[in-house]
Amino acid sequence: MSIVVGARAHWMKNLTLRPALVAGLLIVGFWIVVALTIDVWTVYDPLKIVARKLQAPSLQHWLGTDALGRDVMTRTLYGVRYSLSISFVVVVCSVVIGSLVGALAGFFGGWTDSVLMRLVDVTLAFPPVLLAMAVAASLGPGLQNAAIAVIVVWWPVYARLMRGQVLDVISRDHIEAARAGGASSFRLLTKHILPLSWTPTIISATMDFGQVVLLAASLSFIGLGAQPPAPEWGAMISDGASHFYSWWIAFGPGMAILMLGLGFNFIGDALRDILDPREH
Amino acid sequence: MAETAPLLEARDLRVTLRNGLEIVRGVTFTAEAGKVLGIVGESGSGKSITMRAVMGLSPPGAVISGSIKLRGEELVRAPERRMRALRGSKIGMIFQDPMTALNPVITVGKLIAEAVRLHNPGMSASTARQRAVELLDLVAVPQPEIRVNQYVHEFSGGMRQRAMIAMAVANNPEVLIADEPTTALDVTVQAQILDVLKSLQDRFSMGLVLITHDLGIVAGAADDVIVMYAGKIMESGSVRDIFYRTRHPYTRGLLSCLPTIAGEQSRLEPIPGSPPLLSARPEGCPFHPRCPMARDACRTEEPVLRPVDNVLTACHFAEDLRDGGAGRVTAEAERA
Amino acid sequence: MTQYLFRRLISIPLLLLGVATVAFFLSHFTQADPLSALVSERQMNNPEVVAAAKQRWGLDRSLPEQYLIYIQNLVSGDMGVSFRTRRPVLTDIAERLPATLELVIFAMLFGTISGVALGVLASRFQNRLLDYFARLVALFGSTVPVFWSGLLLLYLFTVKFSWIPGPGRLDPRADPPPFMTGLLTIDSLAAGQFDTFLNALHHLVLPSFVLGWSVTGIIARLVRASMLDALGQDYILAARAKGAGEARTLFRHALPNAMIPTLTIIGYSFAYLITGAVLTEAVFGWPGIGSYAVDSARTLDYPAIIGVSLIGASAFLLANLITDIAYAYANPRIRLE
Repeated sequence: MSIVVGARAHWMKNLTLRPALVAGLLIVGFWIVVALTIDVWTVYDPLKIVARKLQAPSLQHWLGTDALGRDVMTRTLYGVRYSLSISFVVVVCSVVIGSLVGALAGFFGGWTDSVLMRLVDVTLAFPPVLLAMAVAASLGPGLQNAAIAVIVVWWPVYARLMRGQVLDVISRDHIEAARAGGASSFRLLTKHILPLSWTPTIISATMDFGQVVLLAASLSFIGLGAQPPAPEWGAMISDGASHFYSWWIAFGPGMAILMLGLGFNFIGDALRDILDPREH
Repeated sequence: MAETAPLLEARDLRVTLRNGLEIVRGVTFTAEAGKVLGIVGESGSGKSITMRAVMGLSPPGAVISGSIKLRGEELVRAPERRMRALRGSKIGMIFQDPMTALNPVITVGKLIAEAVRLHNPGMSASTARQRAVELLDLVAVPQPEIRVNQYVHEFSGGMRQRAMIAMAVANNPEVLIADEPTTALDVTVQAQILDVLKSLQDRFSMGLVLITHDLGIVAGAADDVIVMYAGKIMESGSVRDIFYRTRHPYTRGLLSCLPTIAGEQSRLEPIPGSPPLLSARPEGCPFHPRCPMARDACRTEEPVLRPVDNVLTACHFAEDLRDGGAGRVTAEAERA
Repeated sequence: MTQYLFRRLISIPLLLLGVATVAFFLSHFTQADPLSALVSERQMNNPEVVAAAKQRWGLDRSLPEQYLIYIQNLVSGDMGVSFRTRRPVLTDIAERLPATLELVIFAMLFGTISGVALGVLASRFQNRLLDYFARLVALFGSTVPVFWSGLLLLYLFTVKFSWIPGPGRLDPRADPPPFMTGLLTIDSLAAGQFDTFLNALHHLVLPSFVLGWSVTGIIARLVRASMLDALGQDYILAARAKGAGEARTLFRHALPNAMIPTLTIIGYSFAYLITGAVLTEAVFGWPGIGSYAVDSARTLDYPAIIGVSLIGASAFLLANLITDIAYAYANPRIRLE
């Protein structure tokens, strides 16, 4: 019992000492709540024309209306569903694929390592947006394909991270001991190495959420991601770009991307401080 | 007046760190021109912090009180401008590890020339470079014309420390503070570096303050000795008195750590235990938990520095050490 | 050092081969017939064109043979023909490269200078208000979408304040300088067209600010950390001990040491700059490779997109090599080995 209380006190201390973490949790929490509950309390339908087109912000339409007369505020709030789900899918898939590849490479070494890591090198040799564009264009426009494209770009980061971690852990004494004790490779990997290698991956993944939101929105902005009339942030900014004088069309979705990015960054930074004090 | 004032004089110097811990607690000493003052203590005794206070280079947020006078001029709370003018010109400083104390991306020659030019603003770069060559030559670095263009990693340990010394004495300072100048070096090189320091000190009649944890080094080089422990002076006096007639059990403990000269199986007896943490300093005499002579009074009452025979000592029972084999002939003492 | 650089040099052609292989697979995984990546829809019905393309790209042969032909073509500079412009992709790219280069150079200058300045400031005032401010500014830069900030700033400064000329590299009325490097600022200066130079600069200000700011944060973060590390070293104390003042200690003694690790991140941030350039150009109507890539992507012009990503990857590899050389050179320990 006292341990639990102690742990809670520790967390409380972490929270009160870290205004950035609180801000991050509030921002991300806000958007998660919006994504889950917006259907219940929304005033307008994001896909319906509700007013005159291209109206500047007003009390009825806080962020104005777009080129068709849809409410930009409503569309921005709905847009979080695309961003959160795509970034979640991308980060989870990238972490799984990347960590698996990195763990195998680090654990087996030799040829496995060389082949897998060269694949990583080549993927990382492309500037992210260009590779994502090429993949997305090859697969054809659409939200799903954009997600695949971002995964293709993103997994190698985790592969490198996990490989480094595994190599680091593997050199420690108790792994030697387990190996000497006759543990199988698979058992070593899953029971002894992976549990010790997660921390940097989790920190990095949290920080990356914001970047993934940004990259996915970039693809949509270019026209390779979500297709009209979906209220996706990148696509909405693209809309705004073609109606240059109606600045409010792009304003909301861009702010939203910025907010989410900052939120995830704040959380990731604080996580690093808490989980990995070595870094400082 | 200025001429009669002692070269460097500290009175009741106290340093409190930003976290509120007092790390130097009332230190008083005098360093004289042409003499060597040895300051001895284990790590954490406050000896380095004391000297950083003299340089005006205390850690950020530290609070200094008391008085430090250089030829009668008060340095505590002196304006930063004034301190900057004094540092490197009137007071030079040498650090423990020349590998880390010499900037790795600037050639040794440029580092020395910088020290010269900082206090001779009108001097041309080529003159300063020439001066750097002379200084390297002065500290017996071979081939100084080549060495000026090299980086610290191209120097051997002893050469690095010589370069460091050249940098510190570039403007013929009146006081040279050497903070563990030989600790990072091999034993054979240690002696050479001490020789360089001694000869420079003789030649320019500098006051040399030699900070070390090694009484052996002090024995060979110093005129006067201060023994520090837990931010206070435990004992001070002339090197002979400290070595032969110490009146403090801590000094005696340090002395018995020294190897002896004769083939006699040396009594290398380290003092049991370790110096107290700043945050957990014991009541009474700070040394009592490790002191073989500790009695009840030591646990409650902190002794003050008082004259006993020829030394100043901070021990309630200093008189008990009069006999009992306090004096020990060591290799270094013999040489002195 | 030579040995290290030699190893790096060898790895580059291998990486390029890998990159080309990825490009080959991408062009084969286009949802449609690979032929559609080579021949535009309208010409699909023209048997002569189809046959010529099939022959040139070996589409009637086995996959390994196709691969070899693809690589051969690439080596000889043939990246296929853009559907949209009907011109060889390489020609299109070469024509647009200087515009992108100029933008990226200016953005890099801005990003590096502001990043180093913010990093030094943050380290000097560690955990004080100025530190938090510098870190926040840097964080904003790397989080804000450039295609959004560019759009709004362009609106603000051209429409609202009229401080900045509209999109493009030069005003339509401006006199373009004779072609030398393709960088308008340099060419106009060389030709003595000072008005054109100012105009080109004026057009560069906003896009290079928007793009450069995206790497400010990455650079500032590392400069701050390396500066804090350097400031804790004994050589800083030694510099102060010889009478060096605040500014001298900071800029002469700490900064050069802090810049060594920073150099690597500057090369790395080049990838961000290329990424950002694609989107920045699209917003600012900048006639470079980035807007070419975006226009190609929007029209599913596969040869063009794949060509641009190949060029982008090569540029990135080159930037990394330059970074490595600069790093080795800046660090006397490595340089002299």
